[in-house]
Amino acid sequence: MSSYSLTHLKQLEAESIHIIREVVSEFRNPVMLFSMGKDSCVMLHLARKAFYPAKPPFPLLLIDTTWNFRAMYEFRDRYIIGELGMECLVHSNEEGLKQGLNPFVIGSKAFTEVMNLGALRQALDKYDFDAAFGGGRRDEEKSRAKERVYSFRNAEHAWDPKNQRPELWNLYNGLVHKGEQIRAFPLSNWTELDIWQYIHLEDIQIVPAYYAAEREVVEFDGNLIAVDDDRMPEELRKTAKPMWVRFRTLGCYPLTGATPSRASTLPEIIQEMLLATRSEREGRAIDKDPGASMEEKKKQGYY
Amino acid sequence: MSHQSELIATDIDAYLKQHENKELLRFLTCGSVDDGKSTLIGRLLFDSKMVYEDQLAALEVDSKKFGTTGGGFDPALLTDGLKAEREQGITIDVAYRYFSTAKRKFIIADCPGHEQYTRNMATGASTCDLAIILIDARPDHGVMEQTKRHSFIVSLLGIKHVLVAVNKMDLVDFSEERFDEIIQEYRDFATRLDMPDQHFVPISALNGDNLLEHSENTPWYEGSTLMHHLENVHIASDRNLIDFRFPVQYVNRPNLDFRGFCGTIASGVVKKGDEVMSLPSRARSRVKSIVTFDGNVDEAFAPQAITLTTEDEIDISRGDTIVRPDNLPQVTDRFDATVVWMADEPLLPGRDYIIKHCTRLASCKVTTLRYRIDVNTLHRTPTPSLGLNEIGRVLIKANQPLSFDGYRDNRSTGAFILIDRVSNITVGAGMILDRKTAEQSDHWDDEASESLEVRTSPVTAEEREARYGQKAATVLLTGMPAAGKTPIANAIERMLFDRGRAVVVIDGQNMRRGLSRDLGFSTDDRSENVRRAAEVAKTLNNAGLITIAAFVAPHEEVRQRAAEVVGRERFLVAHVAAPVEWCREHDDQGVYTKADAGEMPGFTGTSGEYEVPAKPDLVLPTSELSFDECAAKVVEMLEARGVI
Repeated sequence: MSSYSLTHLKQLEAESIHIIREVVSEFRNPVMLFSMGKDSCVMLHLARKAFYPAKPPFPLLLIDTTWNFRAMYEFRDRYIIGELGMECLVHSNEEGLKQGLNPFVIGSKAFTEVMNLGALRQALDKYDFDAAFGGGRRDEEKSRAKERVYSFRNAEHAWDPKNQRPELWNLYNGLVHKGEQIRAFPLSNWTELDIWQYIHLEDIQIVPAYYAAEREVVEFDGNLIAVDDDRMPEELRKTAKPMWVRFRTLGCYPLTGATPSRASTLPEIIQEMLLATRSEREGRAIDKDPGASMEEKKKQGYY
Repeated sequence: MSHQSELIATDIDAYLKQHENKELLRFLTCGSVDDGKSTLIGRLLFDSKMVYEDQLAALEVDSKKFGTTGGGFDPALLTDGLKAEREQGITIDVAYRYFSTAKRKFIIADCPGHEQYTRNMATGASTCDLAIILIDARPDHGVMEQTKRHSFIVSLLGIKHVLVAVNKMDLVDFSEERFDEIIQEYRDFATRLDMPDQHFVPISALNGDNLLEHSENTPWYEGSTLMHHLENVHIASDRNLIDFRFPVQYVNRPNLDFRGFCGTIASGVVKKGDEVMSLPSRARSRVKSIVTFDGNVDEAFAPQAITLTTEDEIDISRGDTIVRPDNLPQVTDRFDATVVWMADEPLLPGRDYIIKHCTRLASCKVTTLRYRIDVNTLHRTPTPSLGLNEIGRVLIKANQPLSFDGYRDNRSTGAFILIDRVSNITVGAGMILDRKTAEQSDHWDDEASESLEVRTSPVTAEEREARYGQKAATVLLTGMPAAGKTPIANAIERMLFDRGRAVVVIDGQNMRRGLSRDLGFSTDDRSENVRRAAEVAKTLNNAGLITIAAFVAPHEEVRQRAAEVVGRERFLVAHVAAPVEWCREHDDQGVYTKADAGEMPGFTGTSGEYEVPAKPDLVLPTSELSFDECAAKVVEMLEARGVI
């Protein structure tokens, strides 16, 4: 390639930086939804590039179900807040916490509905954000393939697949009425492989749970669930066995299935992923609800 | 997942190294409803192993439920996303798909073949390097109206590479003759489009012929397979690396010592130390540094996202464009553009819209809607408004100057969107025409050079009225060829002259012998001829003379514009109205005969349309009255209006 050409990753990087700068320029009060997953880490890395030498001029928002892996909380405190100095807002659905909702008991659907969707809507209203960056990618799921980079949401946070704005060139339309907001997806055109390659090339820090290690796991609802703390019901915990596993996605530990693996370096993870025959969302209990599950959730305001 | 490569299993580090250097190719697929578009994409994803087992399992269930292949594996279902669409069996929006090979990463904009979705196709095409146009090889199919429509939009959006996939070759026994026939038909049509690179492949999307491997069924075909072409088509030189344009997105000011201008380089290259200019202010400085997170660099190029600092503290803000002073874009608030309309509510000339161009938001008006382009025939028709999925040629006036290039030269600085002021919806997408190349013949809206002064005469209009005993006025005699305009004009001239009035006749033919010798008979040239005549009439009127102008002037818009040039208060329209049969009988010069023989394309009265004046000051039915009687009516009118 000639000296004036960009590799596909550099091109994706430039496009994402463009999107991030555009949102920050045109919106009054943007926020970055930060799940602490690998996509969030890539998105934050791109935001740091976009505003260097300044820090990204917006806070991160963590919707905390309180059931995430402990390693994720440690990562946030040590690296995101400690080293990078990012402002990190945390919001939980207090009502749900008071009721002591337990995903092992009420199941993934009801739990996610209250603790993720409900909490996200509350937080966006509470802080009056008019734009929220999300790490969604179009290759993740069928209905995401048609998602815009600027996904327009009405005052009730709902997504109407029939009424999205056409998006041409890199000319994004960020005009909204009061109360309306957008979700902006700077990683729209990245694939899972792009994400991993970029993490590898740029040496981006991610939560250690992505790497294989020997962990105590149980079988629950057809998934391998790690014993992350003692909130796991006693009778389940008794069945725990040590096993070499890693996680392809991260979220609430009771809802996140592990994959048997020995891949403890990035190249090994990428190798495993390339040879894999099952998609990354498969580990997510939420996606096994029948039909166009994700689509239904987006209509209700899922990011 | 992804393409299988032995390297993955044996040497992952080497594999990763190889894949760091992939290029990115974006393409769109378009075809009519049953051309097999979704099947082709499903097949590409499937064959490049982009489908996981669990997705495949879901697909098998879906194939039984929604499939159009009688319960068999239907690759089309891989690509249909939303529930409602799946149930209808039609893709109704742009969906993006991803796959990669060892050479390239591909982004597919999956566009609908549906009749009314021009807007979605334009959306998908706006970011693409290449278009796959699917043609169904079966008899009764071939190059259809939709094929033409799609090709036109592809060329309009500036896609340089077209891959025509002649599909369902299995249903025509892989006939070379049929393939050649379709190529010929397509080429004949495509000569009218700006489509520099065309490639044709005979395929069967369902069975995989000539997708990845050469098919045994087409031994006569020696060109590259569809995938080989996608992997190798040369796109690097499509980028404009000559004209440096840097629309400023964001001003980064973390502290008093740093002031950086962030943006994505739209085109060209910039080096440290380059002299630069900010537009529209024209303030100059030099590039002090090119800042990136990965360290400062000495040069940067499109489409990198960078931060520039300048030697001097010059005032630059979001929306400004940084360029080199020896290579400037156009900076003006008026420009011509082709617009694709995307909203139910029609485009109306005179209405205010918000325009987003590069990083600037401004207010604008579509001052003139010149014509609508029929996407099937490419014919231009005058129209009062532009509806959903229609394409038109407009003149836009913004409330501030924009820095732009023609879309043909620069896709980044030549594109814009229009936004509705009330609903905030994106209603139109526009491509700016470079006036230097687009249409030199239209000068109605050209502004006179600022250095020219308006000369005022020492002789006043009142003095002239007193001298000649008349007020100056222009009478436009408009009508079909051979309707009697020139004989009437001559009769009027004689009558007025005999009464001692100062009068001049100008007519279309005399204009064309001299002042308009360079013009032909296209709509635009006719319009320009009238514009020049109007300027002449204005000069004559300013000199106090009565001007009789005999012109076909078939378009109402042009007549209205002429009235504005001359001055509405002294511009009178007389419609010389005769049925076309009457005109043919009185055609002494034989122009209708020539037009019938095809020698005069666009001739008013045969292939060209004559728009009857909406509110003429006078109607002269030459089939009923003599020329002298008509002339007398004009003279009466001039008396009644106090001209004489």
